[in-house]
Amino acid sequence: MTLGGIDIIALTAMLMTASTPVLLAATGELVAEKSGVLNLGVEGMMIMGAVGGFAVAVATGNPVLGFAAGALAGAALALLFAILTQVFLSNQVGTGLALTLFGLGLSALIGKSYEGIRPPATTKLDFGPLSELPVLGRVLFSHDWMVYLSLGLVAATWYVLNKTRVGLVLRAVGENHDAAHALGYRVIAVRIAALAFGGALAGLGGAYLSLVRVPQWTEGMTAGAGWIALAIVVFASWRAERVLIGAYLFGGITALQLQLQAAEYSIPVHLLSMAPYVITIVVLVILSAVHRHGVQAAPAALGKSFHASS
Amino acid sequence: MITLIKRPTPSKTWSWATPIVAILATMIAGGFLFAALGKNPVEAIRVIFWDPLFGPNAAYFRGQLLVKAAPLILIAAGLAVGFRAGIWNIGAEGQYIIGAICGAGLALAVYPAESVWLFPAMVVLGALGGLLWGMIPALLKIWFNTSEILVSLMLVYVAQNLLAYMAFGPMKNPQGFGFPGSRNLQQYASAHNPELIAGTGAHWGVMAAIVAVIATYILMHRHLAGFRIRVAGEAPRAARFAGVNPSRLVMVCLMLSGALAGMAGLFEVAGPNGQITDGFNSGYGFTAIIVAFLGRLHPIGILLAGLLMALTYIGGDMAQLMLQLPAAAIQVFQGMLLFFLLGFDVLTNYRIRIGKGAKA
Repeated sequence: MTLGGIDIIALTAMLMTASTPVLLAATGELVAEKSGVLNLGVEGMMIMGAVGGFAVAVATGNPVLGFAAGALAGAALALLFAILTQVFLSNQVGTGLALTLFGLGLSALIGKSYEGIRPPATTKLDFGPLSELPVLGRVLFSHDWMVYLSLGLVAATWYVLNKTRVGLVLRAVGENHDAAHALGYRVIAVRIAALAFGGALAGLGGAYLSLVRVPQWTEGMTAGAGWIALAIVVFASWRAERVLIGAYLFGGITALQLQLQAAEYSIPVHLLSMAPYVITIVVLVILSAVHRHGVQAAPAALGKSFHASS
Repeated sequence: MITLIKRPTPSKTWSWATPIVAILATMIAGGFLFAALGKNPVEAIRVIFWDPLFGPNAAYFRGQLLVKAAPLILIAAGLAVGFRAGIWNIGAEGQYIIGAICGAGLALAVYPAESVWLFPAMVVLGALGGLLWGMIPALLKIWFNTSEILVSLMLVYVAQNLLAYMAFGPMKNPQGFGFPGSRNLQQYASAHNPELIAGTGAHWGVMAAIVAVIATYILMHRHLAGFRIRVAGEAPRAARFAGVNPSRLVMVCLMLSGALAGMAGLFEVAGPNGQITDGFNSGYGFTAIIVAFLGRLHPIGILLAGLLMALTYIGGDMAQLMLQLPAAAIQVFQGMLLFFLLGFDVLTNYRIRIGKGAKA
């Protein structure tokens, strides 16, 4: 099935893999922001996950260990951010930027010797007869297990945030840290945990980029995916189910853009490559215009430092 | 048990001491990093910080110092004004690229006409390009309350793709044997941004950086407008009562930092770099953020921080040559510096008390 030189089924199938890195990173950032911390270091955590995951997967020949290492690398960087912003009360915007710059540098340093290597293949999940279905089989049931795990993680995040006590405490800390502190909740501990979770997911997303999506290591390979994840959290008005929509929308645009390049239209490649970023801006604008006079969707304590004496 | 107690007012002493403490801590941590890479840490630090200034080939490297510091200072001086007001333009890299494209575009369009007015016109156009690119997040922030952080950053990637498009398409040198990249402006007398004093590396961008430092110092510390900008950042509500127009503030801050970044891009493309190429931008727009913070958002501090950061670039190049230290190591080093700075900054606003039950 083709439309204007573009294979629609291939496009839809590609959408799910193209979305997975930002979906993971955005879900992690959602949890961090729900606890009231703005971590602008997503890009740095993702790229550390990409290089860490790649290195371990190549060394062990096991992609599962690679993904675990990617998550650990992302979480380690997030903990650095947590110590600086939660214990040393540093400015969250500045520290987040520092995390991104540091991550980009460190990943380039580590990744130097891994350029041009192919990682071990990540296995596809076997759905048996389901993947034989005419269209749906290719679109829904032809992917590797990480795609389905990422969907599971979004569902779990939604459930924990909205239906459990842990989620309630996390949201309370993010809305009003003084009140949460007065009730006896440990604001700093909750935030550190939320940040570590966010970092792990960003790292996982990065590892997916280097192990499945590309799949190889190149310097600066995240190319703004972490920033797009941040934009998706805003787009989603800080709600897990909408993060899924946002990430898949973005993945769709990326996939379409790549398909257009492959279809050899006369639009220059570089102008097509701009599309995801331009559209992200447009979507952000539309959303902020809609919310301008409506309810504030962001957690009330987002970006504010907590100190027990103040 | 260690507790932090908020100071009634930020400590003046620590405000100046933290950058120095942070630099020392970074040197120590950097030493460990270099040791982990199998290099002699003491030698690496000496090659990076001492040799470019006082080593055998110092005469050449000292000139490079100004070349690298000028764009950093120029961009950071503008960014710091916005950061003071709580307006986060982190897309200076994009404004830098657009400035270069606009200014160089003029020169390439009129080539090979010679005129004394060409270079000044390029500077104006470069500044204008950066200004307009910075105005996009400003207008979106004012009209729709869209985050200027995300928009300005997204525009970096847009600008990078535009740059690549220009280098491979409209601006490609017709006599370049098919290689990507524009004509070299260094060989176009009217458009060239030359070294003004031989051996110093001082080109027009260095002059502009000095002017920018003085101008922002007067604006921020000797003028009511600067006072209003600082109030807006520290106490937005109070600023509104004092009659500060938040929309105008956003506009002014982003336009100013955009224009300075655009100028920096133009000086670079017409001078030390010479060409519009795919990889023309080298991250000055991002490093300038570190420079702004390291300089305490103060113009004089930024001047010193810019020189120091330029030194790490040159020293990094040297270490790469002499010790085979990977280029990325210096990037890590710069990132660490910003971390230490932000971490030690706690001492400016908080007092540390060690002991049991210390409670303010």
